[in-house]
Amino acid sequence: MSFEAIVMMVVAMVILWGGLVLALLNLRRSDNLPTEDDAHRDL
Amino acid sequence: MSTTVHEEAEAKRGAFSSRKVFMLAAIGSAVGLGNIWRFPYVAYENGGGSFLVPYLIALLAAGIPFLLLDYALGHRNRGSAPLSFARLSKGAEGLGWWQVGICFMIAVYYAAVIAWALRYTFFSLNEAWGDDPEGFLFGEFLQAGEPGVDATVVMGVLIPLALVWLAVLVVMVLGVQKGIGATNVVFIPVLFLAFAALVVRSLFLPGAGEGLDALFTPNWSALTDAGVWAAAFGQIFFSLSVGFGIMITYASYVGRKTDMTGSGLVVGFANSGFELLAGIGVFAALGFMAQANNVAVDEVAAEGLGLAFVAFPAIISEAPAGALIGVLFFGSLVFAGLTSLISVLEVVVSAVRDKFDMTRRGAALAVTIPSAILSLMFFSTTSGVYVLDIVDHFINRFGILLVAVVSMVVIAWVVRALPTLAGHMDRTGSIPLGKWWIALISVVTPIALVYILVRELIDNIKTPYEGYPTWMLLTFGWGAAAAVIVFGFLAARSRWRDPDALTLPQQDTITTTKGTVR
Repeated sequence: MSFEAIVMMVVAMVILWGGLVLALLNLRRSDNLPTEDDAHRDL
Repeated sequence: MSTTVHEEAEAKRGAFSSRKVFMLAAIGSAVGLGNIWRFPYVAYENGGGSFLVPYLIALLAAGIPFLLLDYALGHRNRGSAPLSFARLSKGAEGLGWWQVGICFMIAVYYAAVIAWALRYTFFSLNEAWGDDPEGFLFGEFLQAGEPGVDATVVMGVLIPLALVWLAVLVVMVLGVQKGIGATNVVFIPVLFLAFAALVVRSLFLPGAGEGLDALFTPNWSALTDAGVWAAAFGQIFFSLSVGFGIMITYASYVGRKTDMTGSGLVVGFANSGFELLAGIGVFAALGFMAQANNVAVDEVAAEGLGLAFVAFPAIISEAPAGALIGVLFFGSLVFAGLTSLISVLEVVVSAVRDKFDMTRRGAALAVTIPSAILSLMFFSTTSGVYVLDIVDHFINRFGILLVAVVSMVVIAWVVRALPTLAGHMDRTGSIPLGKWWIALISVVTPIALVYILVRELIDNIKTPYEGYPTWMLLTFGWGAAAAVIVFGFLAARSRWRDPDALTLPQQDTITTTKGTVR
């Protein structure tokens, strides 16, 4: 494979698969945050 | 309405048992045949590595925002596509039925492709196609004659197609969680593992590097071509299963406190992540085939039916341990296809159930049996492949794409529901939908989709699709696309069996010292 092609493949992997990992981390983090509804309950 | 009455009503409609099940079902719907056989070729044809730029922009600026619009519609309105639209505005109900009509039509032909893939999973074991996969596909297997309509039944297609429908019937009768949810919880991880194994196998074939070179070498000048951008937006749009009722329906089965924006982000990236995996697997295999035949990759690159049922059989015949590649590849197509077929059919079942206040079993049987009969009638015959090709081409463009644009514009500019929908999503969402989302949904995405639609319209008027006879294009192409519109607006005129159906269930009320909050 050419250097250019390898770079583009790695970039695609980092963005798309990395994006998936970040999205999953965000979802896990949001489980621990109070939602707007919960915040209303605390009023 | 008290919370318990709510819960009872929702339990009666059906619900996913958890967010994880919902997300697997949504991924199962989004990841379909297009991810495997369309994306790799579209990326390759439209700039290779540089296609990543428009593709990513399309995903973030149109794909995920549109997915969130569907989620908001279904999750807020707690209903199938027609009910969700009707609860926004009675006049918009027809849009929901138009989507239902499209889904019905897709289900009828999509099942046939799954049946072919099922058959090919077994053909792979003894390489039944010999040394002429194309001749075998159209001759011995499909027994296709001249384009037209012929009622001669092909048993080799009829039997697997009947099996596919039987499996779908069981899933639909079992319901949202025990049927759809359970199927996806098993099939999606298996699909991922099978495809990952296929990718690893393909990467070790001689010539794989050349295939990946062809896929990833960037052609930066392609970025100045409007057609490349249209291809990126089109790929994202078709791949995510947005705009024709599926995600509305699935979102209506999700718990009220679920983080829908966060879930949407995961589904969007999982779908694109799988496309990338498919691209690597498919082009590694194509690289092998090019090397084995001493030709350039561009001579073997293909998409759709040609890639799956002509190019892959050739690869399977030539590669060491080809049968393994065949079972993994066609098995993946079957699994990816079935989870998408189920989601398409659920749009119809859910709508019928809501409108006529039917039981799950009643609605599932009332929808699945007629679909199966029509599917067997049209697609197990010697002319099935032509009808399928035409319906698929037209219903994608002048069905899905058209209804998506029209409903988006109606919601944004006529009903003006975007601020309400954004407010709903923000109640439990981890990513706030601000003005940026409203701008993307009301301006950017419709412009991109209208542009693609107009290009397609001009192309299809100028050049009759694949040179089929005009009467066939008018009946199964333009006619089918128009018929679902007429059906949609007629269906919306019939009465809801439950007179209170259009009342939006109250959100759980929370009383505070400052009064009642929502």
